[in-house]
This record gives sequence, structure tokens and C-alpha cells, in this order.
Amino acid sequence: MSRRDTQFDTAQSVAGGERSAEEIVRECFERITTTDVDLHAMLSHDADRSIALARTVDAARASGQPLGPLAGVPLAIKDNMCTTFGATTCGSKMLERFESPYSAHVVERLEDAGAIIIGKTNLDEFAMGSSTEHGAFGATRNPWNTARVSGGSSGGSAAAVAAGLVPAALGSDTGGSVRQPAAFCGVVGLKPSYGRVSRYGLVAFGSSLDQIGPLTLDVRDAALMLGVIAGHDARDSTSVNQPVPDYVAELDQPLAGVRIGISDEYFGDGLDDDMRTTVMNAIELMRDEGAKIVSINLPHMKYSVACYYVIATAEASSNLARFDGVRYGYRTATPTGVVDMYESSRGEGFGEEVKRRIMLGTYALSSGYADAYYLKALAVRTLIKRDFDNAFEHVDVIASPTTPTAAFALGENAGDPLAMYLQDIYTISANLAGVCAISLPCGHSPTNLPLGLQLMGPAFGEERLLSVAHQYQRHTDHHRKAPPSASAA
Amino acid sequence: MVDAQIAVRPIIGLEIHVQLLTRSKMFCGCPVRFDDPPNSLVCPVCMGLPGALPVINRRAVELTILTGLAFGGTIATHTKWDRKSYYYPDLPKNYQISQFDLPLVSNGHLDVDVGHGEHRVRIRRAHLEEDAGKNVHDVGGHTLVDLNRAGTPLLEIVTEPDLRSAEEACALCTGLHRLVTYLGVSEGNMKKGQMRFEPNVNVAIEHDGVEYRTPISEIKNLNSFRAARDAIDFEIDRQVAAWHEDHSYVLGSAPNENRGFDADRGVTEFQRDKEAAQDYRYFPDPDLVPVNVSDAMLNEIRQSLPELPDARTARWVKDHSLSVEDAATVVGHRATADLFDAVISAGGPPAIVIKQFVNVWLSHAKQRGVTIGDLGIDPERMAELAQIVADGTISKTAADRVAEIMLARNRFDAGTEDASDTVTPSVARTLPTTKANNAARCPSPLALAKELRLLQVRDTAATDVWIDEVFAANEQAVQDAMTNPKKRKAAAGFLRGQVMKKSQGKADPKLVGELIDKRLTGSA
Ligand SMILES: [Zn+2]
Repeated sequence: MSRRDTQFDTAQSVAGGERSAEEIVRECFERITTTDVDLHAMLSHDADRSIALARTVDAARASGQPLGPLAGVPLAIKDNMCTTFGATTCGSKMLERFESPYSAHVVERLEDAGAIIIGKTNLDEFAMGSSTEHGAFGATRNPWNTARVSGGSSGGSAAAVAAGLVPAALGSDTGGSVRQPAAFCGVVGLKPSYGRVSRYGLVAFGSSLDQIGPLTLDVRDAALMLGVIAGHDARDSTSVNQPVPDYVAELDQPLAGVRIGISDEYFGDGLDDDMRTTVMNAIELMRDEGAKIVSINLPHMKYSVACYYVIATAEASSNLARFDGVRYGYRTATPTGVVDMYESSRGEGFGEEVKRRIMLGTYALSSGYADAYYLKALAVRTLIKRDFDNAFEHVDVIASPTTPTAAFALGENAGDPLAMYLQDIYTISANLAGVCAISLPCGHSPTNLPLGLQLMGPAFGEERLLSVAHQYQRHTDHHRKAPPSASAA
Repeated sequence: MVDAQIAVRPIIGLEIHVQLLTRSKMFCGCPVRFDDPPNSLVCPVCMGLPGALPVINRRAVELTILTGLAFGGTIATHTKWDRKSYYYPDLPKNYQISQFDLPLVSNGHLDVDVGHGEHRVRIRRAHLEEDAGKNVHDVGGHTLVDLNRAGTPLLEIVTEPDLRSAEEACALCTGLHRLVTYLGVSEGNMKKGQMRFEPNVNVAIEHDGVEYRTPISEIKNLNSFRAARDAIDFEIDRQVAAWHEDHSYVLGSAPNENRGFDADRGVTEFQRDKEAAQDYRYFPDPDLVPVNVSDAMLNEIRQSLPELPDARTARWVKDHSLSVEDAATVVGHRATADLFDAVISAGGPPAIVIKQFVNVWLSHAKQRGVTIGDLGIDPERMAELAQIVADGTISKTAADRVAEIMLARNRFDAGTEDASDTVTPSVARTLPTTKANNAARCPSPLALAKELRLLQVRDTAATDVWIDEVFAANEQAVQDAMTNPKKRKAAAGFLRGQVMKKSQGKADPKLVGELIDKRLTGSA
């Protein structure tokens, strides 16, 4: 039997008394037991704690207390968000046994809404990667084809939702880390505008790019979850103090008259033909429903990968400096002195990709090179942002493929960092510009792998972005197709 | 070594770190305190835990701007925060949040005077940053880290190399100390490391009409005025000697150095070449938004800027005809100076108030190890005591006695307050503490004078009785005054003093003088 209830339906069934939270949570752990052996989407989970929380929800309902919008819904979060329960590993040997004394803002928000966080999902180490092969604790496989990667770095969250382990999950997106795995696994992935969701308690990768976002089965769930986690948090100076609209209530705005921008920069060399056709079909469908297709120009888009890998690695080199073996995390067994303690702890605690990026970023910030690399990248970023500002004067959303290809095979890009970096070519610019973007299933490849359509909206334009995406889903059923691993059980 | 043809000119600049007096740390809510158990004043932010984010302490920004305004600096309308990267166990994030190219304050100045007139020292910049924690070495063979201090707001002030001697450098340090404590922006407690100095020193040596400059030494982390002076003096001599030894010891040929100061031995010691200095890889901190200082904010802070000692002295000299010397004894301590102004506003005659401040109140305060404000006498009472001296109701001598009784009877005599720290209780206050004590006013000086029978006696007959007694007891002095006109003045003064004493201060000194003069000259 296939069970992929949405977050929305799950919450409704608990609130309406059709099912108990305990029953739902128990089922969720059964599916983890049967399915996750093959996928390895989860890094940790705690059945006892989750069931205890579920009973609290059931007791609250029984005594007539008001329930939060996500009451009794089991959720998973990427293991780079701090929780006071379990470890927060970031997929790294460095933090294998790190237990945070505080919870991330989003964790507080979800739990306040009644959600039950059942566990933490796999990721590329410190969210650096596009395949979830680069964590210290093994790869997460794609539920549609276990020889394929789940995408990354939020591959664990995407696979968990696609396989029906949980109705929804949180990921983090620095250059596409929510959207790309969502596309590969055939689920919805939203990267909110920079500043929409507090980063407090999200272990930083590229601080000026990181945003936490939902991975869900449909757009309505993404809207529901965003409404819960969005909003100002005084502990994050970059979180913006803007009211949070009722995203779910606004989903029904019609497609008619919506201006959808398309740009050649997203349909050039390297784009798979099936992908091109499928995305073009999706755009055609929206035109048929009354949307207006407008051609736009994003002349600096072509520099975005280069610009991103300078800025993100520069920030990462500094953000990851704190992992030194002094106060917490991995420390080398027998340091000969303080310098050796630093060098050996970091040398042994970090994986290859993390070390590569720390070195890249350190170089980009070094005296004599900062002008040519870091400061130049900041200047280019400003131009990319301006491209988007100009574009959004003429269009409401921009449509593109989320990725150049469908999910690639495990190990396929492992020896070629550059090929891996190019995975993010269509997603990176939204992070550089700080705008919001969503990936939604728009079809399948001839080998039955999901393909993703990306829609981007202006900063703090989530309302319109979500309604356009929802209207697309009203006319399609790609998002309802379950992967074989979810229906086989 | 002695060479008649050389002239040595020291070139000294200073970097001064001042711990700001804020309740909480620079980027988190942890309290700023000294002497708590190790690692008890910490949170995820100041421990640098994964995922924690900094939030600016607005008060620290305000205090920096206030200080900048006080030394005539330009306040940036737009500033940002930068990360300065280096690895050290007491630096939890392995970067320090500081300000690199857009300091909050630039281009100020402070004047120093070491006896050859005022010399203006330019201040290049002043910026905000966070302090590191402390490494405690050799605890059972280990180094332990205490992060209580980590994240304490630090104001770093950098001067141009305008100082010409260790004495001038020391004067700048003390002047700055006075300023920051006066403004209430820092406690300036040197023992707690709240002010630390790092001089940059080199010398220009003129030899046969050619100028040579030695490499620049930065002397790290000096914790007292004396250490600053001694370290600079030593360093000047060392550099001159090094140049004599080897004339290639000049800028460009020999490296600039970081040096430490061993206070016990009084010597500076090599730490490392500046040439091999770390690359700090400054870049803007993406976790913090830039700060824009609005005109409204700047005006608000400007209005809170107190009248500074120089301006206040000038006003007192002009409006109240005080001498600069008298003014100087009161003006340097802000709460005391505020209290003085309050007493004048309450009607105290300035000439007498200042004398009572200097001779009476200040000495009582010193005895108790507190400041005048801490004595708990409200300004109205102080004004009254001065008034009754001015109008002749009591004598100056009697006023001293009344003051003593006022203090003794004042239930809020600050002798009970913590007197161990003479600076702490008062610097943070901008108003005299006596305001709060109005409910428990000390007795009226006039009532006390009446009660103690200290009112001045202007009755000629009563005064004559005292004079008779004094003349009888001091026949020799009387004889001298009457027979030797040269001794008359001194003898008359002595006799007048004796009469005042005999009257227990009640006699009117003017009347006494007249009556004595009349007797001494009249019967000659
Ligand atoms: Zn703290």
C-alpha cells in the first residue's frame, strides 16, 4: 500500500480526530524501518521521544485544547539545524557526537506549531555538495532509482519526503541545496527570500546565501510550512521584519494575466533535451491557462557559478574556522601542541570536499588576492542582483529548469568537482540575488526519473510565487506520482 | 657610543583598547562582569557554537560615538562589521568581529601637556570590536580557556605617531583615561584590564645631517600607565643602541617587530617579525547588517555629551570667578563637578562653595574613600552652609564643625557603602547621588549652628572679654606689637587667631581684628 499523505491532510486528520498522532508517528517509524535501509535518508531518529510527543498532542486534542497548525505531523529536518535532542552532525566526523545546548529558530517554530520532529536527515558534509554522497556517514539514494543520487545537499530530506517517510521536511539552500534534490526526487522544494526565515541555529555554510526551506509533496504544504517558519527573529540580524502573509489563503489567485519571464541563459548548452522539452511544455501549459510569456535578459547570469564559488567558499572558510577541536567536536587523539591540535583535528575531522572549499575560500580572501577574487565576486553579485531587479519590473515570475539533467548515477561526478559545481548552474543566481525560488515536479525522463521546473520570484514575493506554482499543480499530476520504493512497500 | 653630532627624536603612536561599560556583551545578552567563576557568563553566541549568530549591542555603538564626539572625531554615517581571522584558543570563532575600513570614528584629537605647553595629538580612528576570552596556562600541565570575557565590547583608539616622548605618551594615556571615565563610557579599571596600551615606537636619528629611522616596534598589551612609560623609554634607548651597534638597523633593512614588555625586569623582548605577520583576511561579516548612524541618533548622543572639563573650567572662571587651580580640583570628576554646579544653582556663593569643596567636603570624602557625591549631602544643604558663612552668620571655622556634624547625623553617610572600589560607584552616574536621598535630608546647617551655639558673636562687650583673656595670656606678643611696629602685623594676626580659638569660632573675625588693632595702636 502506498501512503504519501500530505502535511496538510495529516494535520487535518489529527485535528478532526480521524487518526491519532501516535498512530501516524508509529506508521512513520515503520516506513523508516522498511524503506530507509535502502535509501539512508535519515541520520538519526528517536521513536520514543516522538511517540511521547504524539501522545501529548493526542491528550491535548482529547481535552479540547487548541492545536497548532501542524499538530501531530511528523517531520524531519536536515542535520545542520541545531536540536537539543540527538546529535547535530552536519554529516561530518567533526560533529559526529556534537549535541547542541539550544534549538534552531525553525525547530522552535515547528514544535510550537505542534509538529513532531522525528529525526534528522542526511546531507553532504556541512551542506557542501549536490549529491548527498559527501557526508561522513554514507550516501542517500534516490527513491526513484537507488543507483542514482538523491541530489544535495538536502538529499536526505528530499528522499525522505519522496519515499513517504515523512509528509514534509526542512532543508537548507545555499546554491540550490533544497531545489536540486527536490527536482531529483520529484518533490517540491522552496528556497525563501534571503531574510524571510531566521538562520539562528542553522550551522552556517555561506551566511549571505543560506536559507532554510521546506521540502514537501505539494505547493500547498510548502505554503503551510513557510507560514510557520517565516518571520522576524531578533537573534538573526539578517532576518527581515516584514509581516508574514497567509500563504495558503493566497494560493488561489488565477494564472490569468501572470507574466512569466523566460531567459535564454537558462536554456543554453549543457541542458538535457528531455529536460528542455519538459520544461517548455510546462511553460506552454501555463500560457494556455492565461499566463503571459515574456522574454527577459539576465546578462550576468553566466558569471553566477564563478561568483558563487568565490563568495560561498570565502564565507565557508571563515564560518568553519570555529571547528578546531578546542571546545567541542572532533579532536585529534594525541596532539603534540596547539598548532598540531588545530591542524590534525581539522585534517582528520573534515572530508575532502569541505577541505577543498576551505582552501578555495581562504585563498580568495588572502591579502593580495582578495581584490581579484572576493571583492570582484561581490561586484559581480551586485550586477546579478540588478539583472533580477530589472527583470522583475517586467515579469512576476521567471521560469527555468531546476537542473540541467535528471538525477545522475552515484559516483558519476565524484572525481570531477567542476561537473558537480555545474549542477547548480540554474539555481545559484537566486541565492546570489536573494530572491525566492521553488522547484516542482514537471514530468519524468524516459528512464522514469523526475524532472524539475524552477520558478523564481522577487525578494519577499513568495505569495505570488507559491500561487503560480500551486495553479500549475492544479492542472498537472506529476507531483502525485510516487516513486517505486514508496509504492512497493 | 657617545656621539656629539647625533640628535634623537622618538616617534610614538598608540593603540589603546578600552572596555566599554555596557551591561551586556557586544553581540549577545551575557552580562559583562569580572571575577565570576570561569565560563559562567557564556551563551551559544559568545562561545561560538555552531549556528549561533551575533546581534549588535546598540549601547556600545552609542558609547563609541559619544567618545568620538568628545575628542572631536568625525562620526561615520555608514559603517559595517568585518571578520578578522586568526587562530587562538581564547577566540571561540577563530575570527574576531571588528571594523576594518569603515571605523565608527575617524580624525579626532587630544591635547597633552607635559609642561612645555599643549601639544595636539591626532587620533586616526576609533572602532568597536569584541574582546577575546582568556587562556589560563599551566593548570596541571594544561592550558584552560575562560570565555567570560569573550565578546566584551572593546573600543580601539589609534593615534597618529604624534607623540615625542614616553612622558607624552603616558600623558595621552592618562588623559584618555580621564576622558572615558568622565564620560562614563568605561570604568577604566586598569587592574581588571579595562584599559590596555600598545605603543608603536621608533626613533629618527640625525647624524651628520642625515636622518635615519629605526624599524617600528609594537609593544603588546601594557596594562598600566607606568608600564607604558617604562616600556617606551626602554624601547627608545634599545633602538638607539641597536643603531649605534649596527647602522643597518633602519626601516626597510631590518624588520618591524612585535615586542612584549617584562615589567619585573623593565625590558622589552622580541616576539615576532611584523613582516611575517599573519594575514587576517578581513572581509565584511555577512551575519551583521551595516549600521547607519542617522542625524537623529547623532543629535541625541550629542545632546547627552556632558560639558567637558576644559569648557567647564572656562565657564567657572568666567561666571563664578574661580581660579583655574581651584576649578581643577573639582572639575576632573564628573559627578563631583555636577554636584558643584548643583550647589551653585541652589544659591551657594561660588567663592565659598569652592573653598568648602576643596577644604571640607573633599577631605571628608577622602577619609571615607568615596567621592563627595557619595557623602550623601544634598546640594541645597551644601549651598546653605556656604550662604551662612557668606552672610556672617557663622565663621569659616564654625562651618567646618557644622559640616562634621552634618555628616555624623546624616543617616545616609556613604561610609557604609562599598568603599573598596573608589571608582566604580560614581563613574556610571551622571547626576549626584544625593538627588535620591532627598527624603532623608541631613539637618539644616543653620539649625545645627544654633543648636551647637556656633552663631557668630558680634557683641563688642563679649568680644572684649575674650580679648582681655588672650592679651593676659600672651603678654610677650602684646608687648612686641606695641613696641615694635615691624612685628605688629604678625603679632596682631597671632592674637586674632587666639581670640577666634578662645571663642570657639563664634567671634566675628572682622570685629576681633578691629578691636585688637584699636588696642594695639590706641595705647601706643
Ligand atoms: Zn554570550
